[in-house]
Amino acid sequence: MNPEALAELANLGVATATVALAIGWLLHLAEWATAWVAARTAQPVRVGAPAPTEERTRATATTDHPADRLARAGLSATVLGTALLAAAVLARGLAAGRVPWGNMYEFAVAGALVVLVVYLGLVVRAGIGWLAPVVTGFAVVVLGLSILVYLPPGPLVPALDSYWLVLHVAAAAIAGGAFVVGAGTAALFLVKDRAEARAGGPVTTGVLGRLPTTAAMDRLGFQVHAFAFPLWTFAALISGPIWAQHAWGRYWGWDPKEVWAFITWVVYAGYLHARATAGWRGRGAAVLALVGFVTFLFNFVGINLFVSGLHSYAF
Amino acid sequence: MSVPPASPARTAPAAPDGPSATAGSPAPDPAERPGGQRPPELAPRELGRWAWRQLTSMRTALLLLLLLALAAVPGSLVPQQGVDSIAVARFRIEHPDLAPWLDRLGVFSVYSSPWFSAVYLLLLASLIGCIVPRTAVYARALRARPPRAPQRLDRLPAYASYESAETVDAVIAGAERVLRARRFRVDSHAGTVSAEKGYLREAGNLVFHASLVVVLVGVAVGSLWGYRGNAIVVEGSGFSNTLTQYDEFSAGALADAASLPPFTVALEEMTADFQTGGSQAGQPKSFEATGTLIPAPGADPAPFDISVNHPLTVDGTSVFLVGSGYAPVVTVRDGAGKVVSSGPVPFLPADSSYLSEGVVKVPDASPEQLGLEGFFLPTAARGADGVPVSAFPEAANPALSLFVWRGDLGLDDGVPQSVYALDKDALSVVEEPGGGPARLLLRPGQTTPLPDGLGSVTFDGVREFARLQISSAPLAWLPLTALVVAVSGLLLSLYVRPRRAWVRARSVDGRTVVEVAALDRVARADTGPDLDEVVAALRAGGHSDRRDDPPATDGDRA
Repeated sequence: MNPEALAELANLGVATATVALAIGWLLHLAEWATAWVAARTAQPVRVGAPAPTEERTRATATTDHPADRLARAGLSATVLGTALLAAAVLARGLAAGRVPWGNMYEFAVAGALVVLVVYLGLVVRAGIGWLAPVVTGFAVVVLGLSILVYLPPGPLVPALDSYWLVLHVAAAAIAGGAFVVGAGTAALFLVKDRAEARAGGPVTTGVLGRLPTTAAMDRLGFQVHAFAFPLWTFAALISGPIWAQHAWGRYWGWDPKEVWAFITWVVYAGYLHARATAGWRGRGAAVLALVGFVTFLFNFVGINLFVSGLHSYAF
Repeated sequence: MSVPPASPARTAPAAPDGPSATAGSPAPDPAERPGGQRPPELAPRELGRWAWRQLTSMRTALLLLLLLALAAVPGSLVPQQGVDSIAVARFRIEHPDLAPWLDRLGVFSVYSSPWFSAVYLLLLASLIGCIVPRTAVYARALRARPPRAPQRLDRLPAYASYESAETVDAVIAGAERVLRARRFRVDSHAGTVSAEKGYLREAGNLVFHASLVVVLVGVAVGSLWGYRGNAIVVEGSGFSNTLTQYDEFSAGALADAASLPPFTVALEEMTADFQTGGSQAGQPKSFEATGTLIPAPGADPAPFDISVNHPLTVDGTSVFLVGSGYAPVVTVRDGAGKVVSSGPVPFLPADSSYLSEGVVKVPDASPEQLGLEGFFLPTAARGADGVPVSAFPEAANPALSLFVWRGDLGLDDGVPQSVYALDKDALSVVEEPGGGPARLLLRPGQTTPLPDGLGSVTFDGVREFARLQISSAPLAWLPLTALVVAVSGLLLSLYVRPRRAWVRARSVDGRTVVEVAALDRVARADTGPDLDEVVAALRAGGHSDRRDDPPATDGDRA
């Protein structure tokens, strides 16, 4: 197949994947709406009702509750969308004859794919299906906005023509995918933690009832960040400097992109410390995880679009 | 699982880390902790100790980390002197009211400002103040025996008990075997087995933090003894690595700028290729500079080839290709017809179309000195409002557009000035006979007379120039290697999961009652299932890990 046809195919793949993921997102939102309505119409739970002793990492076991049916349908749509997106990214790489993350558009699309793959992997391994509305929503928004920075496939600018492009950007993307899952977990943790503090006991119904216990969410958040942080260290503080030494003649130059990669690293290091510091465990750590994610997003969007620097070819 | 209800007897003073990942200082029991409360009337020595303990506490480390992140922000939003001095100059012109204040606060050089340095030096002190005592604690813990069993094993988060027909001694011997096979360090004492594993976690933690100190030392060495400079080299000319040949040069406080490695490069050809079609037309495709290198005076010349991502390294110093541009070859004759200036003059690219700005200074012209200022257009085209623009970065249709200034160039004032700008204090623009400034528009090979019989300007042709960056950062491998070591330590500290286990056997009415308990120092989900496996192995007599019938277990599962 010639590059033009492959490029067309890639664009078609991204478009159909976005539609499939949007359907998945709507199904998952309907799942939450159903759970919310069911909780409103059911008897209110007595405050201080005995907590379920068994900790759940999976959402409500497979019963035929309408919300569960919607969750399964949403997951199917997400799997389909992820497969289509993977095909699109592959076609894009073949069309350009290089790794498909050479500019901001490609990084956004490949990044969305990584988020989805990390999420689906954790659905299988850790049963994080409850995070679906957050992750699918994020992927749909990223894919939708990526149109704004669309570029047809083409060769790389000379500064990027290096094998470090493969390692440095791939590590950053995978770490970023895990940061998305970590931030989603931290956000839902904060919501549930606050609701439980207000109710004075565990919340077991409605949308929050579909989430695992706060302790399990806290632990999952840690595991995801424990995976992402060493990768981010490699991307931002090892492979980045090595490449910068080759391309620009210095391993660290306080370029805006480097500054924010460093800030992200420091905030996530703060998150890991917060988990071992009295008064910061739980809520404080979750807030730091969210702050770290905001600095990561700002580095990708804000610095790329509004601040000029050596990374102007945009990641 | 919540925080363990009671911490068992222990030899190491560290409290359970909770879900700790990396750690700062040891967290003593709340009773020992100063907790920010300052007792009245402290003697200076106690005050110092109190301050040191505050500085090295985990909470302070956390706050310093967040402060460091916050302090780094302004440097990414305001241009930095050390990163882009031209952008700083532009910012000063655009914000005349704000700039003096930012200057006072050091915002144009955040990363060398006193307040930024203060944060990271405090963090460094806190880091060292945490590593040293923790290493001592760890060394003791390595030599110590696993902690004795708590009185009430059934209060631990993972607990099981069963009755066995074997004797107490046989059960204990079996328990030692089972736990050793699971890589626990084991110690028996009066019918109780204490076991602990996961010592590498703290080792990884210490290695990670110690490596960060090495990173900072390496970076400091590189910036104190290193140097970096820029030079523009036109095709057909050369560059010798001495201070006078640099356009810009900055060196660390301890670098010896007087004795740089004495190599010379002669640039033969600078090739810049750009995309000619498609949506990315005009984007750079490749840059390459070729020529000959003389590594040291008297050495044999060798060809070289530098491109982006492929620097040339001579004697610990690297030569990078960081840009390219055009140097129009201009000949100026004065009113008497004498050639007063001739040769290539680098014009600096101002945008991605390589529209380039530059000046030609002609101090030898008579009766008055001349200055030419204007643009070089690689592919000249007429813009929307009649102003010449460049349509493409390659020199497909080159043109030179110049204004002429006459008067005193100010070169004799002893004040250093830029070769890329005219000091117009004592210059006046040369006007057309009909009024308005005279604009010269030249194609290669063309000659234009200047008004008022001032002479003529010839645009002989175009050469390309390479912008080279020459830099040396001694020990550059040290911070990078230290970071690789740091990540290895980090992985250990994140993934090794320390665990303590106890087995107690008592003889009750002829039967042996066996209690098994485990305590994780980091919350995890598989304590219960793992304990079940240990119990199954114990019931099998400690000879196999075969899973028996499900053991009777109780207790809160995590």
